[in-house]
Amino acid sequence: MAYHFDFGSILDYTPVLIKGIAITIELIAIGAVIGVGVGIVCAWARSFGPKWLRPPVSAYVELIRNTPFLVQLFFIFFGLPSLGLKLTEMQGAIIAMVVNLGAYSTEIIRAGIQATPRGLIEAGASLAMTPLQVFRYVILKPALQRIWPALSSQIVIVMLGSAVCSQIAVEELTFAANFIQSRNFRAFETYFIVTGIYLLLSILLRQVLRSLGWWLFPKKVAR
Amino acid sequence: MKRRSLLFFLTAALFAAPLASHADSLDDIMKAGVLKVAVPQDFPPFGSVGSDMKPVGYDIDVAELIGKKMGVKVELVPVTSANRIAYLQTKKVDFVISSLGKNPDREKVIDFSEAYAPFFNGVFGTADTKVTKVEDLAGMTVGVTRGSVEDLELTKIAPPTATIKRYEDNNGTISAFLSGQVQVVATGNVVAAAIIAKNPPKKPETKFLIKNSPCFIGLNKDEPKLLAKVNAIIAESRKDGSLNAISMKWLGAPLPATL
Repeated sequence: MAYHFDFGSILDYTPVLIKGIAITIELIAIGAVIGVGVGIVCAWARSFGPKWLRPPVSAYVELIRNTPFLVQLFFIFFGLPSLGLKLTEMQGAIIAMVVNLGAYSTEIIRAGIQATPRGLIEAGASLAMTPLQVFRYVILKPALQRIWPALSSQIVIVMLGSAVCSQIAVEELTFAANFIQSRNFRAFETYFIVTGIYLLLSILLRQVLRSLGWWLFPKKVAR
Repeated sequence: MKRRSLLFFLTAALFAAPLASHADSLDDIMKAGVLKVAVPQDFPPFGSVGSDMKPVGYDIDVAELIGKKMGVKVELVPVTSANRIAYLQTKKVDFVISSLGKNPDREKVIDFSEAYAPFFNGVFGTADTKVTKVEDLAGMTVGVTRGSVEDLELTKIAPPTATIKRYEDNNGTISAFLSGQVQVVATGNVVAAAIIAKNPPKKPETKFLIKNSPCFIGLNKDEPKLLAKVNAIIAESRKDGSLNAISMKWLGAPLPATL
């Protein structure tokens, strides 16, 4: 007997889906802003920071980039309470995403920084700019412009990776999908729709990031 | 004509044979000195294969207990949940002690003894958590495995101020409870027993039951003497504490009074 598709059965769960979308957006919005912030600070520390700061930052980057996101998430959510640090599932998920994106964006931003010609830094210094000014205007901004597409991709990857947060009962989009599927047993319809929603979210996020790039770097946007 | 009467005789003998041997199984068991019991070996803590490759578990201990009280040797026959009733119907075994729950369909084909083991799902929490009924969950965080019977039931009956956190599998639910992410969990007593067996700092205790489906010993229909005997043994074992000892050993909790 042929399978009868019943997309209507998903409609009853529209509020669950909408809540899921909202939480996924919330996760990536907070996670991306703080995560890239962490990445910038760590990229600075790895390139220009004091000598004593470099090993711990390198250790952090290597540790996070070489372990699975799910394990990091479980460690933060289920492991840290043993040390007395109890987080809600939202806090746990956001911290895990920030820590994860922070490590990856550190390396991406550092690559952009290293591509800065030596002469530019010297030129900045000779114009009596402070080291902070040199970093901000001469190094960081062109570096970000250079690696903006790569960074955008990483942010989209982390957004898609937030699906894993359903495992600690964060009620984001994948949680909504699993929830609906375990109630109406319409696996195909549920995941088909949720796949479509993820695709739309990714396209939307990419578009937002591209516009942000145009706004941040008006001249000669790297694409 | 001769031939026909022979045929008749043979047919009669064929039908009479099972009738003749169908005395009471209790006498047969006592005469043979062997009690054949179907036990699980894929369902810990009720039955699993021990390190010496022999079945061990709650059901095996109950089988041995009944054998001892009847004064016969016990022969364990490993079965699966799919074939355990067929083993009984084809008389390959005398009893099914295999975490067997009662339902109307099964009652049509076999008889059940009194319950010998608790099997239920309910809400569990540490000793200092004050919950005795579903209304007490108001304002609490409850962990549950998504899509499980407990999840569906609790979603219906839990007060609106209770927060239900749904985890992917039992391990997630257990971790959430042990790490304090949820105050109580709704799960099966077998899962709770698995937590207790690991001897964690937080011990789950039964707060209230959601759905109760205890285990019964299955035996063939029309065996009144055997049924009476096994019920007497269960009643006696409950009184002298031997059944409770099995429950403590495998489920980490005393037999519930309601069983």
